[in-house]
Amino acid sequence: MSAMLEIAALDAYYGRAHILQGVTFAMNRGEVLALMGRNGAGKSTTMKAIMGLVPPAGGTVSFEGQRIDGREPFEIARLGIGYVPEDRRVFSELSVMENLSVAQRPARSDAPHWTPERLFQLFPNLGRMRDRAGGAMSGGEQQMLTIARTLMGNPRLVLLDEPSEGLAPVIVEEMAKTILALKAEGLTVLISEQNLHFAGNVADRAAIIEKGVIRFTGTMDELKGNEAVRSQYLSV
Amino acid sequence: MIDLILNQTLNGLASASSLFLVASGLSIIFGVTRIVNFAHGSLYMLGAYLAWTLVGRFGPTDALGFWGGVLLAAVLTGLIGVVIEVLILRRIYQAPELFQLLATFGVVLMLQDVALGLWGAEDKIGPRAPGFKSFVILFGNRFPTYELFLIAVGPLVLLILWLLFQKTRWGTLVRAATQDREMVGALGVNQRLLFTSVFAFGSMLAGLGGALQLPREAVTLHMDLSMISEAFVVVVVGGLGSVTGAYLAAVLIGILHAFGILIFPKITLVLVFLVMAVVLVVKPYGLMGKAPVGHQRAHGPAEPLLLPADGLTKLAGLIGLIILALAPLVAPDHILLTLTELVIFALFAASLHFMMGPGGMASFGHAAYFGLGAYGAALAVKWLGAPMEPALLLAPFLAGIAGVVFGWFCVRLSGVYLAMLTLAFAQIAWATAFQSVDLTGGDNGILGVWPSAWAVSKPAYYYLTLAVCAASIVALRLTIFSPFGYGLRAARDNPLRAEAIGLDVVRIQWVAFAVAAFCAGIAGGLFAFFKGSVFPTYMAIPRSVDALLMVLLGGVQTVSGPIIGAFAYAGLSEQLMKLTMYWRFVLGLSIVLLVVLFPRGLVGAGLALRERWRKEPEPAATLVEARP
Ligand SMILES: Nc1ncnc2c1ncn2[C@@H]1O[C@H](COP(=O)(O)OP(=O)(O)OP(=O)(O)O)[C@@H](O)[C@H]1O
Ligand SMILES: [Mg+2]
Repeated sequence: MSAMLEIAALDAYYGRAHILQGVTFAMNRGEVLALMGRNGAGKSTTMKAIMGLVPPAGGTVSFEGQRIDGREPFEIARLGIGYVPEDRRVFSELSVMENLSVAQRPARSDAPHWTPERLFQLFPNLGRMRDRAGGAMSGGEQQMLTIARTLMGNPRLVLLDEPSEGLAPVIVEEMAKTILALKAEGLTVLISEQNLHFAGNVADRAAIIEKGVIRFTGTMDELKGNEAVRSQYLSV
Repeated sequence: MIDLILNQTLNGLASASSLFLVASGLSIIFGVTRIVNFAHGSLYMLGAYLAWTLVGRFGPTDALGFWGGVLLAAVLTGLIGVVIEVLILRRIYQAPELFQLLATFGVVLMLQDVALGLWGAEDKIGPRAPGFKSFVILFGNRFPTYELFLIAVGPLVLLILWLLFQKTRWGTLVRAATQDREMVGALGVNQRLLFTSVFAFGSMLAGLGGALQLPREAVTLHMDLSMISEAFVVVVVGGLGSVTGAYLAAVLIGILHAFGILIFPKITLVLVFLVMAVVLVVKPYGLMGKAPVGHQRAHGPAEPLLLPADGLTKLAGLIGLIILALAPLVAPDHILLTLTELVIFALFAASLHFMMGPGGMASFGHAAYFGLGAYGAALAVKWLGAPMEPALLLAPFLAGIAGVVFGWFCVRLSGVYLAMLTLAFAQIAWATAFQSVDLTGGDNGILGVWPSAWAVSKPAYYYLTLAVCAASIVALRLTIFSPFGYGLRAARDNPLRAEAIGLDVVRIQWVAFAVAAFCAGIAGGLFAFFKGSVFPTYMAIPRSVDALLMVLLGGVQTVSGPIIGAFAYAGLSEQLMKLTMYWRFVLGLSIVLLVVLFPRGLVGAGLALRERWRKEPEPAATLVEARP
C-alpha cells in the first residue's frame, strides 16, 4: 500500500524568499512523524503548504493517492487533514463550545468520530469551562482547545505545529499522552518539534529540515543513535 | 417645550432605523470580508426603487401587496449583492485596500446609471403603508403611526441580529471569520460561501432600509451618496464591526438631526460633525469599536520608493513645461481651454498624491478642498467685491483652514477609517454649500466669477494657470524631498519607529493634510475663475474619485505620476462624457475592470508580467522530462 501523505520536491516562497526548497518526505498510516529543525528551518511553512495556506510554488502533495496541492484550505481540511497552528489562534471571543462548533464536520467512516462529549473525556479541563471565552483561557488550555477544535473535523491526519511550545512541564507531559491517545485512535500525526526528548516520547520516526531542505529521515532510534546529525541540525 | 423635545426624540429614533439597517450591514460585511463597501448606499437606493416598483405592481393599498413588495425588494437587493460579490469582490479580496475601495466606488457609479436608466431622473413618491396611515396624538402633537413602527424596527432588527449571531451556526461562523478568516477556512469552512452569504445578508439589510423609507420620503437618485456618507459617520462613531455600536450611533445621529433641524436648520451637519469629533477624540475607534489588530495591511502601491528625479526626468519635465508654455503660439482657443483645465487638474492630483504617496493617507474626499478653494474665490468676489488677484490669494486659505480642521480628525485614523472619514467630511462640505442657499446660492451656484481684465483672454489666463500650478507642483516636489518629506515618509512606513526617533507623527501628518488641502484650494480657485462660476458639484464625491483615479492611473510610486495621470484621465473622461449619456456607467465599469484585471495596480501588473516572463523556461523543461 502506498503512503498516506507524500510530499515531493515541494517549493514555497514568502514573496521573493525561497523558504521550502524541494521538501520531500512521506508518512505512513497510523504513525507519528516528528518534523524537527531549528527556528526558522521551515517546519511551520511545510505544514502551511500542506494545508494550502501557503500556495506551493512547485512540487506535489498527495494525500491518499490524491493530489491536494493547489486546492483551497477548506477542501484540504474536508479531505481529512486537521491543522493545529503553532500560534493557537483560538477564536478569543467565542466560547469553548462555539470554538468547537466552528470546526464541526459530518462523521466519516474512515476516521474516528468526535463529539464535544468525547473530546471532554480526552480534555477534562475543557469540559469544565464550556462557556468560557477562548480569550479568557490559559495558554495550556488554549492549546488543548485548538487540538480539540481540529478533531471536531474528524480528521485522519493531524498536523500539530509545536504543540509543546511555551507550556509548563506538567502540561507537556499531558500533551504527550494526548498525542499517544490520538495515535491509539488510529490517527496519523505530523508534529513539528524542537525538543528531542518530547519527540522521542511520542514519535515513531523523524524528519529533519534545515533551510527548507529535508536532511534526514529515519526512525526515532536511528536519530538518537546518530550523534552527527543531531549536533549538526538540532543542537542550538 | 418638553413636548417638543419628546416629539423630536421620536422623530430622531424613527429616522435612526433605516440608518441602522444600512450601517449594520456595512459593518457586518466589513467584519468578515475586510472590504468597506462604498456601494452600500447604492444598495439602499436600489431597495427603495425596487420597493416603489413592486409595491406599485402588487397594489399599494393591500397590506399583503405593500409588505410583500417591501420584503421582496429587500430579498432582491440581497441577490444583487450576490451578483456583485461573485462577479467583482471575490476576485479582489487579496488586492490592496485602496483598490477594493475604488472597485466598490466603480459599482456606485454603475448603479447610479442603472437606476437612472430604469427609473428615470424624476423623484418617486411612494404610497403610505396600509395599517399605518393614521396619526396618534403624542405630547399634544400628531405623530404618524408609521414612524412609531419604524422606531420599533430598529431594536427589533438589533434583537434579530443578536439572536442570529449568538444562536445559529452561521452566526458563529461569521463571528469566527471576523476574527480570523484564514483559520476558519483551514477548519473546513467554505469561505467563499460564507463571504457571499454575508455580503448577501448585508445587502439585504441595506435594501430593507431603503424599502422601509418608501412611505417616508421620496425615492431619488441622490439617496445613495447621502446615505453612504451618513452610514460612514455612523460606523465610524459606533465602531467598525460592532452592530450594537451601529445602533447607538444611528440613534445618536438620528436624534441630533431631529434637534438640529429645530435649532440650527442650516447647519445640522455641523452638529453631527461636532459630535463625531468628540467621540473620535475620546474613543478613536468609535463607541464600541476596538483598535484593528493584526489586520494592518499594506496599501500595496502606496509604498512608493520616491526617488529624486534623475537628470533625464528633470529634462523631460522641463521639455514638457516648455511645450506647454509654447502651446498658445500654435494652439487654437478651444485647445487652450482644455489645456488650462488639465493643468489645474494636474495640481489637484499632485496635491492628493502628496498626502497619499509620501503621506500614506488615502483621501476619498479631496474634492472638498478643491471645491472650498473655488468657493473661497467666488465668495470673495460675491460678498467682498474682491477682484481676481486677492480672491485667488484668499481661496486656498478657506481650503487650508478646512484642511486644518478636518485633518485634525482624519490623521488620528488610518487606512479605511481615514478614507471613510475624509469622504464624510467632503459630503458635509458639499451639503453645507448645497444647503446654505443665502450664502452660496445652493444648487444654482455662484455666477459671474470672472478674471481681471488682463487675464480675460484665453492665452493670458492659461499662462496665469500654468505659472501658478507649475510653481505649486514644484513646491510640492521640493517639500517631498525636504526633511519634512522624509519625516512624512518615515511616519508612513513605521509610525512607531518614527515616534521613537523623536518625530511627532500625528503633527507631521496633520501638516501634510493641510498642505494638500491648501494646494487643492489653489487649483479650485483657478478653476472658479476659469469657469466663471462655482457649483456644489465641485465638491461632490465623483470629483474626489476623479482625483483618486488620476493618482492611481499615473501610479502612486512616482512624483510625476499624478501629473501624467491627470492628463490621461481628464482627457479620457471628457471624451467619454461627450460620447454617452451613461458615462458614469462606462467610467464605473472601467474602474471595476481595471481593479479586477490588475488587482495589484498597473505597476504591480507590470512586475507580475516580468516575473512570469522570467519563469517561462521552467515549465518547458519539466515538460521534456515528463515524456518517457
Ligand atoms: N509570513 C512570513 N513572511 C515572510 N517570511 C516568513 C513568514 N513566515 C515565516 N517566514 C520565514 O520563513 C522561514 C521559515 O519559517 P517557519 O515559520 O516555517 O520556521 P519554523 O521552522 O516553523 O520555525 P519556528 O521553530 O521558529 O517556528 C523563516 O526564515 C521565517 O523568517
Ligand atoms: Mg514554526
